[in-house]
Amino acid sequence: MLVFEKNSLSQEIENLVVKYGTSRSALLQILQDIQRKHKYISDFAQQEVARLMNIHPVEVNSVISFYSFLHSKPQGRNIVKLCKTISCDMAGKDNVETTIKRELGISFNETTKDNRISLEYTSCLGQCDCGPAMIINEKVYTKLDPETAVNLLNELK
Amino acid sequence: MKTNIKTKRSGQVIFSPYSEGEGIKKALSLGRENILFELKSSGLKGRGGAGFPISTKWMLTAAAVADKKFIVCNADEGEPGTFKDRVLLQEFPELIFDGMVIAGFTIGAQTGIVYLRGEYEYLLEGLEEHLIKMRENNLLGKSILEKEGFDFDISIRLGSGAYVCGEETALIESLEGHRGEPRNRPPYPVDTGYMGYPTVVNNVETLSAVPHILIKGADSYKKFGTEKSAGTKLFSVSGDCEKPGVYELPWGISVAQLLELVEAKNTKAVQVGGASGTCLPKSQFNRKFGYEDLPTGGSIIIFNESRSMLKVLKNFMEFFVEESCGQCTPCRIGNTKLLEGVEKIEKGEFSYAYLNTLKDLGRTMQVASKCGLGQSSPNSFISILENFKDEIFHTNGHGGKNE
Repeated sequence: MLVFEKNSLSQEIENLVVKYGTSRSALLQILQDIQRKHKYISDFAQQEVARLMNIHPVEVNSVISFYSFLHSKPQGRNIVKLCKTISCDMAGKDNVETTIKRELGISFNETTKDNRISLEYTSCLGQCDCGPAMIINEKVYTKLDPETAVNLLNELK
Repeated sequence: MKTNIKTKRSGQVIFSPYSEGEGIKKALSLGRENILFELKSSGLKGRGGAGFPISTKWMLTAAAVADKKFIVCNADEGEPGTFKDRVLLQEFPELIFDGMVIAGFTIGAQTGIVYLRGEYEYLLEGLEEHLIKMRENNLLGKSILEKEGFDFDISIRLGSGAYVCGEETALIESLEGHRGEPRNRPPYPVDTGYMGYPTVVNNVETLSAVPHILIKGADSYKKFGTEKSAGTKLFSVSGDCEKPGVYELPWGISVAQLLELVEAKNTKAVQVGGASGTCLPKSQFNRKFGYEDLPTGGSIIIFNESRSMLKVLKNFMEFFVEESCGQCTPCRIGNTKLLEGVEKIEKGEFSYAYLNTLKDLGRTMQVASKCGLGQSSPNSFISILENFKDEIFHTNGHGGKNE
């Protein structure tokens, strides 16, 4: 990481701490904002959060490792989460899954070589009446068929 | 994306017409004690699944002496097959927020927090806009509806994809910026909740029923349902049927009646209460939903004759292995062992003695786990293996035969 990148990340985290405060209850909100923007929370970012909130870096790391939406390793520019719970499964998740894997040439829990898309499974998205469902970044897409799913992914930059 | 389809829904209580703020006005005119009395006689119980009477929770918190109190709306529905809260958040936010304001007034809280699951982040913008409108209309903020000294506001916090955070103490841990690991109870949140202050945690659906109950009266609410299960319940129906979706139905309706309503055909099994609930075979379709027979948070998943129940069970156990917080041993190790068992059945590599040991393990988990997750995760394992023995061990030959 270049020095000016580090400085700008530090500045960003400082702004978040000003926005949410330094009380421990603000930690998750701060991490969520970093995750949303950078798609993962780097070691350096974790240390900065810890320093500014005056807690041990391991505390920050333990929170990140608990929540499935927070990542500590670099991810693609877009994170795609496919629901694998039973109602979506019965609605045809397998077909969508196979087609996505074939189209992108990667498996789940992997990132495309061009760093465009990371694929993940997720537990129930609460869209059981209109599955199969997936989340692309923060948006939910329902009633997928293999073709629409792949088209959505191909539009991602 | 989805548009507002409010006009399509109709129901007896929650889905009946409501104009915003009405419930709060009524609550202010009733006063605290009458609200508690009204809720007590309505018999309203927590609709997330646990079924704890709302009036008791509110009364204990109202009686507690503290500088601050909190009301938390649990919008972290993560049970497989449930999506009723999504519908409420999307189409009836006024009911939820009014319910929270009423709770704030009754228990003497100044702050309400909605814990919205990360999967529903796409609903956040609409909800925030709604809160802004409420502030403009003096339904939130200082001296709500000109009631001197009644200050209350609501903020929304996001989860980050952890099923266990639907458990109220885990939810509070998460709000406090920690890993979402459940606490030992007691102390209960009504004594020591968010930041150590008395806190009421209520499900979205429970709060949504409150404004209607106050306006129409406890007696009109009790007209629906049965003696021990008063009122109506939202059912999230998915799986093999013609009309999946959310239904508001009175307690006491039978499984068979529900199946007819949603036009399910060739039904082999119904999973009641999501992955942590029980799986009913045809012979039990005459059972009735309600606290006396089949209590449920409302998740109904329907399986027709073509589905493999072993595959269903495997899906559930994978879910629990993934979602166990790992804090207590019965749940962390137990679910892994149960999943291993399912995989062995799949391959035909098991003995009946081993399966009996696993069922024993399941029963141990039910009593020894720290929170509801581990206490209820063996339910589907035990009920599916008991109720679909023939299919799993004989018809499909997952072990009955040597091949």
